[in-house]
Amino acid sequence: MSVTAAAAVEKSAPPVFLPPVYHDRQSASGVQLEIKDFCLWYGQSQALHDININVQKGMVTALIGPSGCGKSTLLRSLNRMNDLIDNLRTTGQVTLEGEPLFGNKVDVIALRKRMGMVFQKPNPFPMTIAENVVYPLKVDGVTDKALLQEAVEKSLRGAALWDEVKDRLNQSALGLSGGQQQRLCIARAIAGNPDVLLMDEPCSALDPIATLKIEELIDELKGNYTIVIVTHNMQQAGRVSDNTAFMYLGHLIEYGATDVLFTTPKAAKTEEYITGRFG
Amino acid sequence: MADVAQSGSGTTDLAEAQTTFRRSHGSDLAARGEPFLWGMGGALAFGMTMIVGFVAMVLYFGLTTFWPKPIEVVTLMDGKVIAGEPLRQERYRPTADQLAAENETVRQAIAADLGFATRTLYHLGNYDFYGDDFRWVPDFQAKQTERPAGLVLVERQEWGAFIGHISAITVKGSKIEGDALTPEVLAAAHVEARARRERLHDIENGRIADVNHEMEALRLQARRAVLDYGTGTPGQIAAQAEVDRRTAELQAGYTTLAAEAQIIKAEEAANTVTFREIGGATKVYPLSAIVRYFESNDLGLGGSLAVYGARWWEYLTAEPREANTEGGVAPAIFGTVVMTLVMSLLVAPFGVITALYLREYAKQGRIVSIVRISVNNLAGVPSIVYGVFGLGFFAYILGGSIDALFFPERLPSPTFGTGGLLWSALTLALLTVPVVIVATEEALSAVPRSMREGSLACGASKWQTIRYIVLPRAAPGIMTGLILAMARGAGEVAPLMLVGVVKLAPQLPFDLNWPFAHLERSFMHLGFHIFDVGFQSRNSEAGRPMVFVTTLVLIVIVLLLNVSAIAIRNRLKRRFQGSQF
Ligand SMILES: Nc1ncnc2c1ncn2[C@@H]1O[C@H](COP(=O)(O)OP(=O)(O)OP(=O)(O)O)[C@@H](O)[C@H]1O
Ligand SMILES: [Mg+2]
Repeated sequence: MSVTAAAAVEKSAPPVFLPPVYHDRQSASGVQLEIKDFCLWYGQSQALHDININVQKGMVTALIGPSGCGKSTLLRSLNRMNDLIDNLRTTGQVTLEGEPLFGNKVDVIALRKRMGMVFQKPNPFPMTIAENVVYPLKVDGVTDKALLQEAVEKSLRGAALWDEVKDRLNQSALGLSGGQQQRLCIARAIAGNPDVLLMDEPCSALDPIATLKIEELIDELKGNYTIVIVTHNMQQAGRVSDNTAFMYLGHLIEYGATDVLFTTPKAAKTEEYITGRFG
Repeated sequence: MADVAQSGSGTTDLAEAQTTFRRSHGSDLAARGEPFLWGMGGALAFGMTMIVGFVAMVLYFGLTTFWPKPIEVVTLMDGKVIAGEPLRQERYRPTADQLAAENETVRQAIAADLGFATRTLYHLGNYDFYGDDFRWVPDFQAKQTERPAGLVLVERQEWGAFIGHISAITVKGSKIEGDALTPEVLAAAHVEARARRERLHDIENGRIADVNHEMEALRLQARRAVLDYGTGTPGQIAAQAEVDRRTAELQAGYTTLAAEAQIIKAEEAANTVTFREIGGATKVYPLSAIVRYFESNDLGLGGSLAVYGARWWEYLTAEPREANTEGGVAPAIFGTVVMTLVMSLLVAPFGVITALYLREYAKQGRIVSIVRISVNNLAGVPSIVYGVFGLGFFAYILGGSIDALFFPERLPSPTFGTGGLLWSALTLALLTVPVVIVATEEALSAVPRSMREGSLACGASKWQTIRYIVLPRAAPGIMTGLILAMARGAGEVAPLMLVGVVKLAPQLPFDLNWPFAHLERSFMHLGFHIFDVGFQSRNSEAGRPMVFVTTLVLIVIVLLLNVSAIAIRNRLKRRFQGSQF
């Protein structure tokens, strides 16, 4: 790169962010998660700027945006997973049905029990399939055999995995295929009967067929659960979500009904992104 | 290609050089890394040769020591006759004095051989006859060497081996010799004598020892009463009366046992054996002093195997005799295994908990780094320093306090206030704990972050995550650390000499007397046994084969301990294996 080009980058003004555009679809049952003026810093660098999103109850909300824009950071803030990181600072507030998530008095463990989380890479525990599914119950100290058995079946059926594994419940979960492992993780996430399911690119390690199964699953689960899903796959966001939030460099650019956002985006940046001009 | 690149870099126009640069194809030797491969292969081969050589040597000497050797009868130039087991030959340079004593032909032969001669080491036994049981015989002094039948090698309770003839025995006072002394008669008498010795041993070391143990307990009880109530108080007087009454009972029992023993001893005296060495001198011993006897030159394969098996069996199951150079090492095997297991039981929780705190809970920073570096450096402290610390801190300070608090009636003789199994195990635990800490930290940090996050996301607390996810997952790695610690601990001798290992322990650390496990007792250890037999005994020539045998046994024990630990680890590991999609 020539010297003049580098200087040009140096001099170019930081991008100006207009206030986000909102045209989201409202749920009849109200707001599940309310993210208010939420900012987050990793040490000195700010990763999230004044995020305001109302996640509607029983709906699927997709988070999209180019790599590094803060989708995972936002999602992991919702169940305080970011607490594990040193030098992390937040301002603003998130409320779960009116109860604040941030603050000294918040019981983080109780909070996490109301939120299931599915990670980008399937992370089954080195235990049997059944033990994996009932892990949230084990953590709660449930020992009643019948209850556990019922939870195993119910959760595995819920994750559309029951028929494939019902004969090998006592074998190691690590013997499952990648797609099966991811559905097992979904089963584990819903076994604790949470209100909200957080999914961070749940299909990125899967083949198209496994992806389809998980999308179908999300379709079935919504209504009972409020789902927030991070995805890089625009088609996927279009297929499964009701509302979509588009983020860029830590800012929320547009938050709206998925069909509207993908067909007639209101913000210029969103249009550039979904038409594939950058990102 | 290389030419282009070179000419390009040679020109002043850098831009052109860059556009014309091509990566040269092929590669030179250094780039392919072949010399490093040779180096690595060489290093491996060198290491393997040393290890294989060492193990082969231990195996060879360890396995051949107990095989019966033939007895040679050597007639010397001066007409003397000696009988012994030839052990090895070597070339040596006779001194001028030795040469002067020989005749001209011998001197010339040696001179022709550049001043060298050959000599053979014979194990003569018969320490009680000659005052020495090994002898070098130069070849030029041996007139005639033969292996006659009928020579007997006797392993004895005392005085080491006897080589010669059994000329007579007395059974119940009547003498049997000459043709009447058939092998059958001798064997029957010997079996009977050994059985009698067994009975005597049982009475003296078993039942009388029990009585003594109880008497000692009573004495301590009386002493305790004095300490608790004060002399002359009603409590003390009552306790003393009770103790006196029970002591009298025990005393009566003791008297009967002693009488019984006396009768057996009288019988012993009436059953003797007469040994006649090759030169004709004789000595008389109790018949039961014979451990085993056989005619070395007439054994055949079956007979040799039987002797070999019997010697191994005695070695592994019996107590030592003859200042540890003969007999068995059963107490040392027991002591080694028990000490290693107790050490593992101590070091495992200690190391794992420390590592857990360091890795999972402590705030990572300067202080934790310093602690970690210190722990790693502890592994480099000479082990004898741990021995000094163990003696000073564990035995004298800790043990002394325990004695003062709980066993005042036994003072001034120490109970815990001296070296013992517990203090040895603790000292070695301290010595090996860095290994466990480092391995555990390693294993903990190898647990993927995604697993922890998965568990936390399920609403598990940090402790639940560690308990259910992290520890099981790290268990094989922790076991590896423990295996290393065990191997290190089982082979350690120096610190043990200060904190509880003895040459000959009067009692095992476990017995049938309450509370069964006596961890305060001193114990025997194979490692120390090797040192003691090889370097501290009267006759290093006699001890040498035992060094190899004991080394072999120690290696096998460490191997067995490790193999069982590895088996456990692999069972743990299998649970976590699976396809990685
Ligand atoms: N632990 C951390 N420490 C410091 N900075 C971090 C940390 N995690 C993320 N970041 C930074 O925060 C910003 C947002 O990261 P985040 O992982 O949320 O992006 P993302 O939108 O999920 O990207 P992707 O689509 O690639 O997953 C990035 O600039 C990243 O470098
Ligand atoms: Mg991400």
